Amino acid sequence: MSEMFFKLWANGLIQKGVWETVYMTALSTAFAYVLGLPLGVVLHVTDRSGIAPVGWLNKILGFVVNFFRSIPCIILMVAMIPVARFILGVSLGNGAVIVTLIIAAAPYVARMVESSLREVDSGVIEAAQSMGCTNWQIISRVLLPEARPSLIQGATISTVTILGYTALAATLGGTGLGQIAIIYGHQRSNGDIIWLCVVLMVVIVQLIQILGTYLVRKLDKRAR
Amino acid sequence: MIQLEHLGKTYRSASGEVEALRDVNLTIRDGEIFGVIGLSGAGKSTLVRCINLLERPTEGKVIIDGRDITTLPRKELLALRRNIGMIFQGFHLLEQRTVLGNVSFPLEISGTPRAKALDRCRELLQLVGLSDKENVYPSQLSGGQKQRVAIARALATNPRYLLCDEATSALDPNTTRSILELLKQINRDLGVTIVIITHEMKVIDRICDRVAVIDHSQIAEEGRVADVFADPRSQIARELILPQERKALETTGGRRLRLIFGGAASRQPIISRLSLECQAPVNILFADTREYEGTVFGHMIVELPNDERDAERIIAWLNTNDVQWEEEKANV
Repeated sequence: MSEMFFKLWANGLIQKGVWETVYMTALSTAFAYVLGLPLGVVLHVTDRSGIAPVGWLNKILGFVVNFFRSIPCIILMVAMIPVARFILGVSLGNGAVIVTLIIAAAPYVARMVESSLREVDSGVIEAAQSMGCTNWQIISRVLLPEARPSLIQGATISTVTILGYTALAATLGGTGLGQIAIIYGHQRSNGDIIWLCVVLMVVIVQLIQILGTYLVRKLDKRAR
Repeated sequence: MIQLEHLGKTYRSASGEVEALRDVNLTIRDGEIFGVIGLSGAGKSTLVRCINLLERPTEGKVIIDGRDITTLPRKELLALRRNIGMIFQGFHLLEQRTVLGNVSFPLEISGTPRAKALDRCRELLQLVGLSDKENVYPSQLSGGQKQRVAIARALATNPRYLLCDEATSALDPNTTRSILELLKQINRDLGVTIVIITHEMKVIDRICDRVAVIDHSQIAEEGRVADVFADPRSQIARELILPQERKALETTGGRRLRLIFGGAASRQPIISRLSLECQAPVNILFADTREYEGTVFGHMIVELPNDERDAERIIAWLNTNDVQWEEEKANV
């Protein structure tokens, strides 16, 4: 272990890095769902085979989502700096990072949600319609609850992806494990710092995955 | 009463038009069990979905209790659907809800107070014989149990009508029988008018009062089940009802007669009397009889002995005993 490692540890920088990574991931994921969940629902229900087909809306939203999804994350984040400045008044730091992360992740989340909803048997929707459900009741009481296990599985995957994005945030002056790996590890040639960050990231990912799998298993009422 | 008037449905897509229903006219009377039978693709699923407008007909009217529902505003249509329950071949239960949660679902969406809903659900679960499964999830139930839950769910809002779309097609014969019994009981005790869509003759046979035979998007024949069974007129009805003689056993090459039983004749041991009194054997190639409302309808294909005189004697015996018969062509 290099001297640098003990120095960082003693100063609490590594602990702080872990915390920053975790909260950036959590906040970004939460807000990405605030945007992405309704967007995914709208994409699903306005589809030609959905419960409220609206062709033009579906096409426009689909195009926007695909547009954002096709830009590499790091470039999108840089491109969204003005947006962050507009919203928060700052273009650097963790706040800006979170804003850009949300914009980068929301379209991804929307597609995850859309694919989870697509798994709900169309016959169940038809049954709900035959009972006189309104579209809103179908969304809130059939689609979302029936897709819940799949939505949680999707959220687990999204969270891990967003965790990866946070490491890129060092480029925008964000902090966290990504920044530690780049500044203290890469730029000062401390291989063990890089590896330490890698190990810590792996541990966090594992914990997220374990939690996600546990929730899915507990909440899914099929095949038990 | 459900009246379908000049009902037509054409699906339009980029690849062209498909006509699923053409000029369908049917009246389903209150309190009856009405069957619609047809081969797959005949249009029967579209037909049943036009009754609650899950499918919008492109022509004609759907008149329920005197109101043409095709012109109803959406809000009233949703309210009307609570008066028309529906069950499906694939059950379509909410997998993430318990049995109780499924049965209470229509009550929740119609805003029934919780306590009242719970009472109603317990009552229904008792009716379908699943009181002990309240807190079980659908994945732990058998097919027949799932359909019972679906039936309880469909009845939750006290509908006057129940639509059954191939409701027993995914079930084994014993389960089919018990589900049909349950439907009959619901019809009898609760006075629910039932419309049954099926491709299985035995379903019509067992519980329907009247039947419509649908073929190539049109109603080919309609009438009381006993009448249609005794004397099917359309080609499709004959195919569905009469035995498939191609499956008949191989023969020794003698003349073949189709004996037709309608009503009382089936109660007599015709074949054994025939053999004894004519002193000649007949070979039974095929037999299929059905009981409907206490009388038996059926067909039997027999092969006469090669001896010309024996054969004539048998035909004479059939004529004197009023057994209806027709000569079957060889090599059918």
